[in-house]
Amino acid sequence: MHPAFSVIFLTTLIGAAQGLFLAMVAVQFHVGVNGFAAPEAVGFYAVGSVISLALLGAGLLASFFHLGHPERAWRAAAQWRTSWLSREVIVLPAFMGMVFLYGVAHWQGMPTLLPALAGVVLAFALFVCTGMIYACLRFLREWHSPLTVLNYTLLGSASGFTLATAFATFSAPHAVRFLGGWAVALTAAAFIGRLASLIRNARLKPKSTLQTAIGIKHPKIVQKTQGFMGGAFNTREFFHGKPVATLRAIKWFFLVASFFVPLLLLGFGGDGAAIFLILAFVIQYAGLLAERWFFFAQANHPQNLYYQSIA
Amino acid sequence: MTQLALVIDLNVCVGCHACVTSCKEWNTSGEAGPMSDQNPYGADPSGTFFNRVQTYEVGEFPNTETVHFPKSCLHCEDPPCVPVCPTGASYKRKEDGIVLVDYDKCIACKYCSWACPYGARELDEKQQVMKKCTLCVDRIYDMSMPEADRKPACVKACPTSARLFGDVHDPESVVSVAIREQGGYPLMPEWGTQPSNHYLPRKKTRITLHPDELVRSDNPLKADGREPSTNGNGNGPTLEDASNW
Ligand code: SF4
Ligand code: SF4
Repeated sequence: MHPAFSVIFLTTLIGAAQGLFLAMVAVQFHVGVNGFAAPEAVGFYAVGSVISLALLGAGLLASFFHLGHPERAWRAAAQWRTSWLSREVIVLPAFMGMVFLYGVAHWQGMPTLLPALAGVVLAFALFVCTGMIYACLRFLREWHSPLTVLNYTLLGSASGFTLATAFATFSAPHAVRFLGGWAVALTAAAFIGRLASLIRNARLKPKSTLQTAIGIKHPKIVQKTQGFMGGAFNTREFFHGKPVATLRAIKWFFLVASFFVPLLLLGFGGDGAAIFLILAFVIQYAGLLAERWFFFAQANHPQNLYYQSIA
Repeated sequence: MTQLALVIDLNVCVGCHACVTSCKEWNTSGEAGPMSDQNPYGADPSGTFFNRVQTYEVGEFPNTETVHFPKSCLHCEDPPCVPVCPTGASYKRKEDGIVLVDYDKCIACKYCSWACPYGARELDEKQQVMKKCTLCVDRIYDMSMPEADRKPACVKACPTSARLFGDVHDPESVVSVAIREQGGYPLMPEWGTQPSNHYLPRKKTRITLHPDELVRSDNPLKADGREPSTNGNGNGPTLEDASNW
């Protein structure tokens, strides 16, 4: 598939925002609200909610660039009974609303249990929706696996917890160690999950062949023309058009940048050295952009069987 | 329940692209708006089409066969492109099984095109909506046309009658009979999409000719000695010469 930057930014930004929110709730339940002096709680939870909302808003904005008719985007909520994309379109604003309520509740010193719990449910629902958008397409076999949903959840959570750790050095220093530990655990878990899907995808055998595509059972079939000499939607949307070496380079880059470097930096920054932790998040986020690019590029659409030769 | 569909005979398709141009002509002129082209006369022309004709070579030289392969939306009975559409712009009509896109609802998220294993959907870059074959839904029910014209434009245009149109759920329709009697098959059956369109396979066509079938013994031109007779060098007697003093 051709990786679309709108979707790459959408999925990585909201993933980090969901992770950040989960991190805030984790801190809240771990230390209890009383563990914070009031102004500190405002600094961590309220400002944290603002950061989370900003990321979600940026992701939402990016998603509009994916649409040919963004002014009709509201229509996308219609088919929630059948479409995971439609479900995402509903859950994303609902989650944003809940993060807003959560931030306001902390800021105003109101009870936060309800928005915290509802927010957690919505954050996980959003991970599931985002992952299922890809995992439900059965003939995009690289995506059609529970690992897709798992990895969206783990990768988003890992980057969110890393961000929360870096942020906590300024707003809640005594939560840094707790958050850092979780960030390390989640990054390691995300690495295992992503590795598992890389191994799975490397062993996939295509189900569709040129033989089933045109229904002629002969071992040797060569395409001579695809029906046009220039480009078409079919040749633009479904091919990444990059050499294998680029793909391999990007794979190694994301493995190093999303997992190894952040793990090292989280280790160095464990005692609250902000610079390491900020770097950890920035590098991990860059790695996840590459990871998402690779996720799309690696998926091989069966329609490509029909577009193998121009003239 | 009716399920309209095309049956395409790969044995007679000659790859002339008449269906492609006639489809584009009909569908670009309709009230749904033009099917836009980008750079039509430039270096990298690109455009929106409902139908493409591709060519494959099967076998190894010298035993090769050229197969022309027209390709359009197959109006699947279980179309994976429909449930994924978030807006409901993509839908399958109950009454005749045609899969359509409502251009006024489509937000061009392209999700349906990802969900079609056949690459049958194309985004119109200018209008920014998803497009695909409509089985000429604006033709086949148009009572102002003579009945013979109430067929998809591609079917009307095909010079070799390689394209049949009808209801695949009616066992006596021309398409059902063709599928049943000529080994019609669906594309990529492995995904369970149950395409309504079917393809008829290539077959070996052999005829035996005897020399006297090549020359008409009663050829009137022979009378003035200009045309061939049957002795091989063109001037021998024929049966008629012998019986017809
Ligand atoms: S061929 Fe593709 S676009 Fe047409 S109905 Fe089937 S899945 Fe949908
Ligand atoms: S591109 Fe249009 S028709 Fe296709 S899924 Fe999106 S809204 Fe539906």
